[in-house]
Amino acid sequence: MSSTFDTVANIIAETCDIPRDTIKLESHAIDDLGIDSLDFLDIAFAIDKAFGIKLPLEQWTQEVNDGKASTEQYFVLQNLSARIDDLVAAKGK
Amino acid sequence: MRIEYFQLIDRITELNLSELTIRAEATVPTTSTIFEGHFPGRPLMPGVLLIESMAQASGWLIIAHTKFERMPFLAALKEVKLRTFVTPGQVLAVAAKLAHDGSGFAVTEAEIRADNKLVCNATITFRVVDFPKGEFLANMHEVATRIGLPMEADTHG
Repeated sequence: MSSTFDTVANIIAETCDIPRDTIKLESHAIDDLGIDSLDFLDIAFAIDKAFGIKLPLEQWTQEVNDGKASTEQYFVLQNLSARIDDLVAAKGK
Repeated sequence: MRIEYFQLIDRITELNLSELTIRAEATVPTTSTIFEGHFPGRPLMPGVLLIESMAQASGWLIIAHTKFERMPFLAALKEVKLRTFVTPGQVLAVAAKLAHDGSGFAVTEAEIRADNKLVCNATITFRVVDFPKGEFLANMHEVATRIGLPMEADTHG
């Protein structure tokens, strides 16, 4: 998870030109880091490539829009990193 | 090109849904009001229309890949290089490859060649949404038929 977070944080820093030391486990990608949906596509692209997965962004967005999930569940970086770990683990099964 | 309708692809020449690539032909018209202003006495195909041509070829690839279930909309451009001038009457070979099929987005690598010389290339990001139904879908089917978009996988023209 720690290395997953480091990879994600580095991607965000590079993609969105955000100082790496301001990106924390508890940072919310949208509310704290100010990443908009278009920039998040670049991040998702880089994460997909780095981990060999496909972040289910549409499903997450739908769940948030339907009130079935909060943005924190997916876009706080600690939670995002955990989701990525789950997807990587599922891929290996 | 039906440049006045912003329909820039004339003909799909190859679609390979295994390799996720597409090739298309687009002939720049010899006359257009666009060339009267861009530029008087020195008509040049605007660079934005070259970019749009790459986007449209990419778009048809994504539409074919998703079997008309998903519609791409241009979202972002990266590494765009416009390498040389294009003039009225030139025949352009437009090619694209699906570099990534993400959730709600797609990324292509596209290029245009004229006389086998690289004219321009770009990395293009699209938002990809459920295909609008009704008249929109009917119109897109009509255009797809006109430009010869193969409806079967791995068809080579």
